[in-house]
Order: sequence, then C-alpha cells, then structure tokens
Amino acid sequence: MLTYTIRRLLMAIPTLLFIALVIFLLLELAPGDPMGQMPLTIPPEVKERMRAALGLDQAWYVRFYLWLYQFFVVEPQYWFDAVFGTNLADGAQRIISFQSRSPVFTTIGERLPQTLWVVGMSYIVGVLIAIPIGIISAYKQYSVFDQVGTFVSMVGFSVPPFFSGVLVIVIFSVNLGWLPSIYDTTLVVDSWDTFGLQIKQMIMPVMVLALQTTAQVSRYMRASMLDNLGQDYVRTARAKGMSESTVVLKHVLRNSLIPVVTVIALGIPSIFGGAIITEQVFKVNGLGQLLIIALQGNDIPMVMTLTFLFAVLIVLFNLIADILYGVLDPRIRYD
Amino acid sequence: MRLRTTLLGAAAAIALAPAAFAERGSDGNLNILYWQAVSTMNPYLSGGTKEIEAASLVIEPLARYDDGGTLVPYLATEVPTVENGGVSEDLTSITWHIKPDLLWSDGTPVTAADVIFTWQYCTADGGGCAQAAKFEGITSVEAVDDLTVKVTFEGPKPYPYNAFVGGQSPIIQAAQFADCLGAKAPECTDANFMPIGTGPFTVTSFLTNDVIQLAANENYRDPMKPAFATVNFKGGGDATAAGRAVLETGEFDYAWNLQLAPDVIDAMAAGGKGEVISGFGTNIERLEMNLTDPSPDLPEGERATTMHPHPFLSDPRVRQALSMAIDRQILVDVGYGPAGQPNCNLVPSPAIYASDNTACLTQDIEGAKALLDEAGFTPGPDGIRVNADGVRLSILYQTSTNAVRQDVQALVKADWEQIGVETELRNIDAGVYFGGDPGSPDTFQRFYADVEMYTNNFEGNDPQSYLAAYKCDNIPRPETQWQGENINRVCDPAYDAMVVEYAGTADPDARAALAIKMNDYLTKDNHIIVPLIYRGRVSAKANSLGGVLLNAWDSELWNIADWYRIK
Amino acid sequence: MTDSAVTAPPVPVKTRSQWADVWDQFKTHKGAVIGLCFLVFITLFVTLGPVLWGIDPKALDVRNKDVRPIYMALFSGEHKTQWAHPMGTDNLGRDIMANIMQGGQISLAVGWTAMILSVFIGTLIGVLAGYFRRLDGLLMRFTDLVLALPLLPLLLVMMLLFRDPLRATFGPEQGIFILIVTGIGITSWMHTARIVRGDVLALKEREFVLAARSIGTPARRMITRHLLPNVLSPIMVSATLGLATAIITESALSFLGLGFPSDFPTWGKILFDSVDRMTAFPERVLWPGLAISLTVLSVNYIGDGLRDALDPRIRGL
Repeated sequence: MLTYTIRRLLMAIPTLLFIALVIFLLLELAPGDPMGQMPLTIPPEVKERMRAALGLDQAWYVRFYLWLYQFFVVEPQYWFDAVFGTNLADGAQRIISFQSRSPVFTTIGERLPQTLWVVGMSYIVGVLIAIPIGIISAYKQYSVFDQVGTFVSMVGFSVPPFFSGVLVIVIFSVNLGWLPSIYDTTLVVDSWDTFGLQIKQMIMPVMVLALQTTAQVSRYMRASMLDNLGQDYVRTARAKGMSESTVVLKHVLRNSLIPVVTVIALGIPSIFGGAIITEQVFKVNGLGQLLIIALQGNDIPMVMTLTFLFAVLIVLFNLIADILYGVLDPRIRYD
Repeated sequence: MRLRTTLLGAAAAIALAPAAFAERGSDGNLNILYWQAVSTMNPYLSGGTKEIEAASLVIEPLARYDDGGTLVPYLATEVPTVENGGVSEDLTSITWHIKPDLLWSDGTPVTAADVIFTWQYCTADGGGCAQAAKFEGITSVEAVDDLTVKVTFEGPKPYPYNAFVGGQSPIIQAAQFADCLGAKAPECTDANFMPIGTGPFTVTSFLTNDVIQLAANENYRDPMKPAFATVNFKGGGDATAAGRAVLETGEFDYAWNLQLAPDVIDAMAAGGKGEVISGFGTNIERLEMNLTDPSPDLPEGERATTMHPHPFLSDPRVRQALSMAIDRQILVDVGYGPAGQPNCNLVPSPAIYASDNTACLTQDIEGAKALLDEAGFTPGPDGIRVNADGVRLSILYQTSTNAVRQDVQALVKADWEQIGVETELRNIDAGVYFGGDPGSPDTFQRFYADVEMYTNNFEGNDPQSYLAAYKCDNIPRPETQWQGENINRVCDPAYDAMVVEYAGTADPDARAALAIKMNDYLTKDNHIIVPLIYRGRVSAKANSLGGVLLNAWDSELWNIADWYRIK
Repeated sequence: MTDSAVTAPPVPVKTRSQWADVWDQFKTHKGAVIGLCFLVFITLFVTLGPVLWGIDPKALDVRNKDVRPIYMALFSGEHKTQWAHPMGTDNLGRDIMANIMQGGQISLAVGWTAMILSVFIGTLIGVLAGYFRRLDGLLMRFTDLVLALPLLPLLLVMMLLFRDPLRATFGPEQGIFILIVTGIGITSWMHTARIVRGDVLALKEREFVLAARSIGTPARRMITRHLLPNVLSPIMVSATLGLATAIITESALSFLGLGFPSDFPTWGKILFDSVDRMTAFPERVLWPGLAISLTVLSVNYIGDGLRDALDPRIRGL
C-alpha cells in the first residue's frame, strides 16, 4: 500500500500539471474579457491599454509559464520569507488578481475562515446527520422513520438553495426578525456574545447547505446498507449469536462505507470550492463568491489559482479515498 | 441640503445646536450595502462604477457634478470659466485654485504637486490607467504656485472639465503613490486599498470584493463633519437581497442600484423601514439597429461589416415601423417604475441638450403597419411580413442577461408580433456581451444580431465624445479587432462633418443646437438608434438616514459628509 | 434499464419469465406504484396538456397580469381570480398553467436525457476502471481532470464552438437543448463513476466473482451478469439525485445566460424568476417547486421499487 501511495503521489505531479494546462487553455478559449465590467464610457483604446497593463498582450504560453513560475517558485518563496524572515523572493511579482490588483493568495487567505466556518461546518453537520439516518432507514426499511427521512431528503435535495435560502431569510429575518440576513465577515469571535452572534449568522446558511449534503450522503448510506443487510455473511454472523448492534454497526456498516467514503471524499474538496449560490444568498463572501466574481470578471489569475488548488484537493482526496478502500476492505489491492 | 448646512452653521455659531448634530462622528455607524462588491479603492486602476463610488468617500476631485448636473467646486475654490478668467480666452488652458489649508488625512498639506502627480500617474506608460481618456489632449500640468495649477491643452478645448473633475478622476497623494507609477501600479496594494485622501472618511480595513471599514477623517476640512464616526461598506449578494436588507429587515442604511421590477420594489418598500429614492442622469436604454447583415451564411470577416447592408433594417421605414410599434409606457410600468421614463432621445439631459422629440411616446400599430406596407413588406401565409424578394421580417434580438431586460424583450417581441415581425430572443452573459473579446461572436460590438439592447450614457454634462462615437471610422470591424463605439455601423459624411463642427464650437447655445441636430439625426430622422427608456438610478435608504441626495451625474455618495442620523 | 422493465406487460403465468417476477415484485411496492402513477400523470400533463389547454405560454396579456390561482377565491373574494387562468398569471400576464406544462416538457426532457447520459458514462467508466486494472489509472486521472474543470467557462466554450452549427442544423431551440443536455451530462458523471468503481473494486474480490472467473467467464459476461446487478443500488441513487441536479442545473444556466432563450419557460427558471415575488405570490414558487420535488420523489420511489424487484434475494422471499 505504501509503494502504491508513493507511486500515486508521483503520478499526481504530471497529472496536476496537465490539469493546469487544460484549465488555462479552457479559460483562454472561453469568450470574455476583464474589461467586460467597465462602463461603456471608457473608450476602446483606453481599454486596449488596460489590457496590455494586465499582460494580456502576451502570447498564452508566456502567460501560462509566468503563472506556473509564480505559483511554484515565487509564492513559496514569499511564504518561506514570511515564516523565517528571509528575503528569497526579493520583490518578485506574485500572482496578481486582474480585478483588485492585489496578490491572489492574500485574498484567498481572507476568504478561508468564513468558508471553513460555514461550508465546512455544514458538511460536518450534514454528514453527522446523514450517516445515522442512512443506517436507521436501511435497518428499518419502510418504517415511518424511513419514509419521513426519504421524503424530507428528496424534497430537500430537489429544492435549489436559491429558493430555500431566500425562503428561510423571508421567514427568519424578515418576518420573525430572529436572524441576520447578511453575514458579517469582520466579526471577531472573542467572547460569548460574539460567539452567539457568529452562531446566529451561521445557522441559516449551514442548515441550507447541510440539507443538500444530508440528502445525498444518507441516500447512498441507506442504499449501501440495504445491499449488505441481505448478504449471507450477515445471516452467518447472526447465527453465530452476535449481538444485533455488533452485526449492524461493525460488519454491515464497515462493508457499506465504500460508496459513502467516495461521496465524502468528493465532497470535501468542494468545501474549498465554496458554495456559490448559498454564499451569494447569505452574503457570506467566501471562496465560492470569490470564484464566481472572478469568473464573471474574467479574472484569469484568480480563477486559475482557485481551480488549481481545487484540483490539488480533488487529486489528494481521491487518493485518500482509494487508500481508505483498502482499509475498509483488505481484499482490495492495487499492487 | 444646503439650507440645512447653512442653518447648522448658524446654529453652531450661536452654540445652540444639539450636541448630536454639531460634532464629528456623533451619529455612530453607517451601514452601506453595494451588492456588487468593491475590488479596489483606486479608480485609476479599475474603471468600474462601484470602485469610483467607494473611492469617493476617501479621495476627491477638484470639482464634481451635483445632483442637478452642475459643476460645483470641491477641492478648488471655484469652477474656472472664461468669465472668471480661469479658462484662457483661446480655450487652450484652464487654471485651478486649490482651497487653502487643505490637509490630507495624514495631516500633510494638499498642494499643486499632488494635482500634477495625479496627471503623471494616469498618463504613465504601462500603467493602463482606466481614466486615461480624461487626460487626453493635455500637454502639460504646471504649478503656478503652491495652490494654483495650470492645465494646458494641445488645442482649443471648448469643454475643459475632464481632468480632475468628477468621481472618475480624484486627486491622489503624491507622497503615497510616488513609487507606483506605470507598470508598478499594481504592486502598491496598500496604497490602492487604503489611499490617503481629503474626503470625509479614511479606510481602516479593506477586504477586497467583500467589506470596507472606514472611520471619519480627523483632518476633514469641515470640523463638524462627517456626522458618522464609522462606515461599514459591505459588498455581495444581489439587488433583491440588498433592497430587502434596507427596506424589510432594516439591517442596512443604504443600498445601491436596485434595478428591480417595480412591483417587487414596491412590495419591499411596504415593509416601512426605508424608502426608495431615484435620480436621473443621462442613461438611455435603447435598441440599436444593425445596418449591416449579420447573417451566419456570410463568411467571417464579411459578416456584420459594411460590405453587406442589412437586408431590411437598411430601410429607414422598417426601422421607424419597429420604433412606432413599441409601447414604451408599458415597458416602464412592468420593468422600471420610478427608475424609468419613456423617452425618444439619445441625449435626454441636461435640458439645453435635450431635443423636443416626443413622437415615439405613443404606440402606433396601424401607422407601423402602413409603413411596412409602403416599404413592400406584406403579410405572408403565417402572418410574418415578406417582400417581393422573399426577405422575411425575422429579427434576432439580443441583450445581456438581466431579469428586467428579459421582460422588456418579451414585451417588445409581443409588440412586433402585432405588426407581422417575427422575433427570436437571445440573452448573453453580461461579462461576455460587454467584454471586448475579439474571439467571441457574442460581444455587443460584434453585433451578430439584427437588433440589440443595452444602456449607455455620457459622463459629465457635455455629450461631445458620446455623439462623436457615430463617426465612420469608429465602426467595429475585423481590422480594428471589432473595437469601436459606432456599433450600428452608421456612416454618413454629413454626420462626420457635424462631429468636427461640434468639436470646434465654443458657444454653449451653438453647441446645444448642434447636439440636438445630431441627436435627431440618429433618432427621429433615421431611427438608427431607437431609445426606449430614460433610466434613473434607484437606491434605497433607511428612514433614519438624513441628508441623502441621489446624484446620477457623479458618485451617489458624493455628499456623504452631509449625511446624518435622524433622531 | 428502467423503462423496459416498467412497461413490460405481465407475461402469462405459466412461462414465468424473469421480467414477470420483477413486475410482480414491483407491484407490491406501494411507493413505487404511486410514484409510477404520478410520473405517468405528470408526463401526460406536460405532453398532452398543452394540446388540450391550448393557451400559448408566451402570449402576453398585460391587462390580466398577476391573476391569483383559482383557489384564492375560497379565502376571500378580493383576490383577482379567473377560471381562464386556474393557476394564475405572472407579472406579464402569461398563463402559469400553460407555462408549467411547457416548462415541464423541457425540464423533464433535460432531466431524463442528462441523467441517462451521465449515469451511462459514469457507469461505463466506473466499471471499466474498477474491473480492468490497466485502465484504472488513466480513467481515474481523467475523472480528476473533469472534476477540476470549472463548469462556467466550459459551457461558455461549448456555446462558442457549437451554438451556431447546432442552431443551423437543429433550429434555435433544439440546438440549445442538445447543448445543455450534453453540457450537464458530461459534467455530472464523475460521482457515479467513482462510486461504481469503488464498489466494483470490492466486488471483484468477492468469492462469487472469483468462482465465476475460475470457470472462465469472459469479461463482458462478468460485468453484465455479476458486477452490474450488484452495483445497481448506488447507480439508482445517483440516477435519482442526478435527475434533480439536472433540472436545477438547467435553471442555474438560464440564470447565467447560458440556457434557453428567456421566453422559453422551464420549471427551474419559473422557480428562479418567481423567488423575488415569493411573499406576494407564493403560488408561483409553489407550482414549479412541487412539480420538481414530486417528480424527483416519484423517481426515487420507482428506483427503490425497481431495486427491490431486481434483487433476487428479496424477490425470493
């Protein structure tokens, strides 16, 4: 398994470089222009000069090389300098956003906290609710609990957040006035009061997002449990006089986790991708909002950096999932 | 507003004013919501409206437009004119006097050097200054003395109020931006995000595309102002959510640019926590008629170029009929409400430039049908008009993606259906549509459609460059990488001659007469541009917020120093 | 895989084909039968409905705008209701019932086609990667690549390259339909592929697979006979979730200006357009919301029923 992991990690390097190239070419080919959001009163020749100032007059491979160089050489130098007080970077140009003309990693750093708080928390909440629901639903198939669970999760999944988000805002912010409709990213949690405020502003986005996660994970959990509950080894285990909880929670659950692990491993990178619509509805301004603004403004360095980080996480978590398969079912071998 | 200021001054003088009114920072915090988040505080690096407006809290121009569209001095003592000797007789130079004893927020004095530096900053090579057009035609900016600046132009400039005027070209501090000239501009992140200014507020923290926190400027020239101690300037979300936060939940005091359907905004205003305010500048939502043939059957390079005139829109009678068939009042009722008025002019304002052109305001279906009959287009078997050559009146009508625009599209389509014109609607992502990517077939300049709709305006109160856009050599074409402002592809030597004449005319009345003539040429005489709606700015303010005067000629936040909390 | 099983008529009892067993078992699943009935109803509603109802969904009638649904008359006579518009009209006076019917055609077509496409691609890639070790690395890295691609630029590029050729060949509406279905289909198969692969990896080490292999079962037979039936339940789940995702994604695309022309209703778009007026006219979000939810729910129950029916261990009981 160790050699497999090392091999996969080595393979990840060319894979990621290739992914970077494909993303860059895709952005290059996509119609759109960073000048698209400028007022029409700015004359075309001024826009042309602005494009040149952004480096857009260079050939695509020059810009791609520049991005690679900045991402893999300049940025690590800056981080190293920041930690050890050295001066490796020596004023080299960092990756600069077209829109704000500031280093993209500073902006990403500003956005991480709220995304982790809201999207990350919703994922944890969602998974923690989903797994027990999935298990009970499968164990007591077609019971009232299962029926209600199925109904709620399917309806929850088919209601898009642009509707459910606004619905909870109308109920809890407008009519009842209990919760704020606008997320305050500058809130510093340093006391119980501010902690209370933080919880209040998180409840709605976390619930809206968790509904989607819960629906998805619990469906897979239930289906997989059902498959395994009918297997011969379950009958054998019961016949051997094992307690019901041991049978279900140890044997069946473990064997049912493979699809759930896959789904969760696919879901974790998407936490860092942010939740575009939900963040917009609640004005959370996390990574999802950053990405959509950058996409709309054709901010290529920002989009490129965000999607590439996302790709790194995808490759990494899919590797983790593959390793977990081997742990869950030792018969699975890759060598 | 001015009345109140005067009263306040008088009250303060006799020491009777309530403390809450008289002191700087006594009204606490002000919450502003811009649903398009602000990327930078430097309007020279980003030409976006949101950046210009946010920056206007901190940095100020020499003069700016007030809510009636007239120039008022800000950092200057007065607006230079030929009469007061500020503008030279031959119209080749303008001299500004800076107010004495002005301080930057860091306590250093404002001098002529800062004004000169601002010019150098925006004209430096490789900087890509978004406001470069404001500084065009300037040969030198010189300090006459510490507080006097003389701007010299290449030739006579009948309208000299471009540089250092309006929210687009504020004065920046030379000391702070000294190392940020040209290609180094983006490296100065701190300066771009937290400029030192003369305005009522200074930035205390800036999170790009998210939230800006500002505090009252200790060195602001009026010691009583601003009334608010801090400003929380939040960005993000959408127009509906922004309206809701002010009008329904009352979490915010001011929300910008609420382009929403009138019934939606009325329902919100019924919440009673705030009110909707609007102001009109020069924005005209219009239909642009393509005079060239955008047919996909033509080869690339010839499609939508002057080589191929449009099969039916090149006939002025067809264009006129299309204009006559539209019921503009319904468009306003459904899509704009207080934010729009039916209009037939390309230049709707200021009053002296506005043509007396109201013919299009009443819908005339029968007249339109008659015109089409006259042009030889008669209804075919399916009700769509065809002429003898088999040309069908079938229109591809494109615009950007926006709920209100899509409603307008549907209404116009229904109007045209009544006169036997078939319409296919298309909406394009705004970033692509308004972007100038020469590789994309969907930009508004490329105009691969028969009719398109968008809004445009001119800055300041003089339409010279706006009307000059329709010159022959401004036609977007493959040779210019599809850049150019004459998107209808109008080409008439007579019009070009008027453009030249206009640029050389100094007398205001003669200029106005000429502007009206050019406006009429494009609209009521030829129907090349079919204006639909005179669009205003719509914002919402909390009931407790006083002093707001919505300005559609400059930054909406132009007079934020005068805003206060109604107790 | 679903339709044939559902619509196959019960064969005479004597022969007792496998499909007859499946159908008998399916019938005992109450949820599945109700789901099937609803699905048939909604399909008929959106296909035959416009023919019977006969109102043009695009026809504007500004005088009769904002008509409330007919049941509002029960609560109070003040509401503007008309029998001509039983579900009410929108802010431009378009009939909502006609729009729901027309929009349903598109939404159901987009949902089903995109879902089938994505389940097909996902299952194919998942099984191939899981079963053939040589293909695993390549196919899974390809999956990683597609997962990492940002959807919006991808669709913009597809629009740029294919819109005009498709419009010329199939007409504006059909062309956009193909583009959207393909776009959603090819960007939503990755979950299915990873899940199927994970299950196949585990399954192929099970005793019955080893037994089948030891008697020389060819790969194709292994996959269709032994592996596919055993990964059916996660596939069913992703199919159900995929249907909902496709319908909603389509509405997100119109929101970004990449979808159907603006006068072309779909359930997702009607829902999206109505959110602003949710408090004043709740019915406008209710109808499309219900239609989407109930369709997804009924497909989910049919999936459950089918899964049970196709599982020989349950069927035998």
